[in-house]
Amino acid sequence: MSSAPLDVSHLPTYGYGTRSLTWWGTMGMMLIEGTVFLAAIATYFYLRTRVNLWPPEDPPPDLFFGTLNLIIMLLSGVPNHLLSRATHCERLGAVRLWLVAGVLFSLAFLLVRTFEFLFLNTTYTGSAYGSIVFALLTLHTAHVLTDSIDTVVLTALMFAEKPEGRRFVDVSENCMYYWFVILSWIPIYLTIYIAPRY
Amino acid sequence: MLFVVGFFFTFIIGGLTGVMLASMTLDSQLHDTYFVVAHLHYVLIGGAVFPLFGGFHYWFPKMTGRMLSERLGKWSFWLVFIGFHVTFFPMHVLGLHGMTRRIYTYSPTAGWEGLNLLATVGAFTIGAGLLVFVINVLRSLRRGERAGANPWQAPTLEWAMPSPPPPYNFVRIPVVTSRAPLWEPSGREVTGIPASIHASLTTRFDSAVPDHIYLAPEPSIWPFLSALAVTGMFIASIFTPWGLVWGAIPVTITLIGWFWPSRHETSTHLRYEVKPELPA
Repeated sequence: MSSAPLDVSHLPTYGYGTRSLTWWGTMGMMLIEGTVFLAAIATYFYLRTRVNLWPPEDPPPDLFFGTLNLIIMLLSGVPNHLLSRATHCERLGAVRLWLVAGVLFSLAFLLVRTFEFLFLNTTYTGSAYGSIVFALLTLHTAHVLTDSIDTVVLTALMFAEKPEGRRFVDVSENCMYYWFVILSWIPIYLTIYIAPRY
Repeated sequence: MLFVVGFFFTFIIGGLTGVMLASMTLDSQLHDTYFVVAHLHYVLIGGAVFPLFGGFHYWFPKMTGRMLSERLGKWSFWLVFIGFHVTFFPMHVLGLHGMTRRIYTYSPTAGWEGLNLLATVGAFTIGAGLLVFVINVLRSLRRGERAGANPWQAPTLEWAMPSPPPPYNFVRIPVVTSRAPLWEPSGREVTGIPASIHASLTTRFDSAVPDHIYLAPEPSIWPFLSALAVTGMFIASIFTPWGLVWGAIPVTITLIGWFWPSRHETSTHLRYEVKPELPA
């Protein structure tokens, strides 16, 4: 009946990727939010089939700031990738450096985002077109804002004291979520800025 | 057991009337009649309430440490089961006779009195059955037979613990190698999980092989505060959409407070920390 116990004292106290519980939580979150993005984009194109003139009376949003933000977003993928690599090796110096870079990119992005809102050339109460454009941009901004706050908190934590090893896992999962924010901007950018021109 | 058989019996009838209602030609006649009322009660009470009663009778000994009376249990089952069919089966017929849903009275010339009276008798029978059930629970809580750990000789892990289970569940986690671990015990236990801090074993999601030991955070007031903040945000959003914007600020603050580890927690965890293999 009784045999040798299963000794687990040698096991690590955390793990990366699919071994981490919060990785699954983040994945589930991305799945839900990705569905919301898709639903919002589908709404945009559905509304477009209901009217003859799209955009109704307004000129399409100014290309400049949206495109600038697309470039900033894609560029921020570089420090994000380096940060992700540094977390998996748990190199604290490199993690701190690329986290600060990530915060700076977020700030730049949010600044340009303010101008994007100012140059949408429509109002959110004026027409269905204006509402869905504002909804799409607000939806994505909410994600950028969430991830920026995450990044700031993790940066503060990494500078505050000697972190537990699993805080590197937290940072690596933040990187994964940041990829989601970057990649989701591409279809939303195409919808808001390019689609009304065709 | 009886309740689960009752569930099969009732839910199958409910399912079949559902198939009937899905037929367009029939539905155009039966839409908004008592046939639908009968169907949905067969589905909901048959599909959800009978199994709930079954589950309650099954786990009551585990929850309280005492057995329910089998004799009273059978009485309550038969009263509820017969009462249910006496109440709701005539409603099929009433629906076919044209009695519409959501009415509180009807003309005496409609000829629906007999079946409605029968349904009322059935409803009181259900009530009587539920009364017997409540009496059974109250009586068994005080004077029920002691259940012991596993009165059913069941195979699953909850029955390995004393009834009622202690808050910490297992003193040592058993090693499970079968879907019926109490029928095919491995005889092995897990050791090596730190006992002085909150820690639990985490396994691989696909193979259930022990993977790492999760060190849980210390107790904290922040989850409660964030729950208050979320409640405040949603209540404010009823009155103005800006409630979501301004309400998000306290939610963010409390979530950060929740996440931020205390110095004590970090130093404790660092003492127990074992790093995974890192790439070079």
